[in-house]
Amino acid sequence: MLTAEPPHTLIAKRNGRAEARIRLRLRQGYHVNSNTPNQDFLIPLRLSWETGPLAPLEVIFPKPEQHDYAFSSKPVSVFTGDFQVVTRFQVAADAPAGPGILVGKLRYQACSQDTCYRPATLEIRLPYEVR
Amino acid sequence: MPGGRESRVKPASARRAAPDFELKDGDGKTVRLSSYRGKVVLLNFWATWCGPCMVEIPWFIDFERRYREQGFAVLGVSMDEDGWRAVKPFVSEVGINYRVVLGDATVAQLYGGVSALPTTFIIDREGRVAAVHQGLVSRSNYENDLRELFESPSRSTGARAPGVPAVAVGAR
Repeated sequence: MLTAEPPHTLIAKRNGRAEARIRLRLRQGYHVNSNTPNQDFLIPLRLSWETGPLAPLEVIFPKPEQHDYAFSSKPVSVFTGDFQVVTRFQVAADAPAGPGILVGKLRYQACSQDTCYRPATLEIRLPYEVR
Repeated sequence: MPGGRESRVKPASARRAAPDFELKDGDGKTVRLSSYRGKVVLLNFWATWCGPCMVEIPWFIDFERRYREQGFAVLGVSMDEDGWRAVKPFVSEVGINYRVVLGDATVAQLYGGVSALPTTFIIDREGRVAAVHQGLVSRSNYENDLRELFESPSRSTGARAPGVPAVAVGAR
């Protein structure tokens, strides 16, 4: 339902900052809750990264869309179609030079107009090279 | 809202037995589906994070209140991964007046996986699945199903269940 385009290799300079852009595609007719849902009971979109030589400083989500659905009396804050999530990393000063893979987990909960699907986790494998 | 006014109840000859299961309610008591035999059961798979489920639950609360004495029961099966920690406050806050149990993968598998919520099975007095609704449908869909089952003679008695009026639910 939600897929991620394989990310480009991130070039990371020791003691510097690097930015990874994850391109996501949601099947037509579906939505995922945004990172800031309008109602407490809804499960937000979350991206977390395993610890490694690249430490996440900030995860930046796009501006959510506000959609009306039959199941909600007020607009629902969602993402649909193609969207991107950006992560800014701090590269450790002692990061070993060379390639590596940083693993991220994107937790999402998707619905259609009238049906919701159980929360799921999409694994993101981000190749990087420390120079 | 999707769904029309027609009943989706299958003919009795096409109905299959609802798989039996045992699950725990919020008090830790075992609830067995087969113990509901003789009643029309609305078996609703739901979760606290499911927006469409939030629309249906007040209808089910009303059905339970109105038709309990007529041989009808709602049984909610929560598919919340966080278990009772998430479900109990919700049940209390919303005022759910019917039994709720915590579902698991085994029971979900028995009912086709239940990957989408809400999914609701309407079970006849003989314990057979008479109708299935996946996703949010209209209240009248449920009312039409229930009306048809309330009006159907029970195989065991050959008559309507005691106290069940000819038209038991909703407006036509």
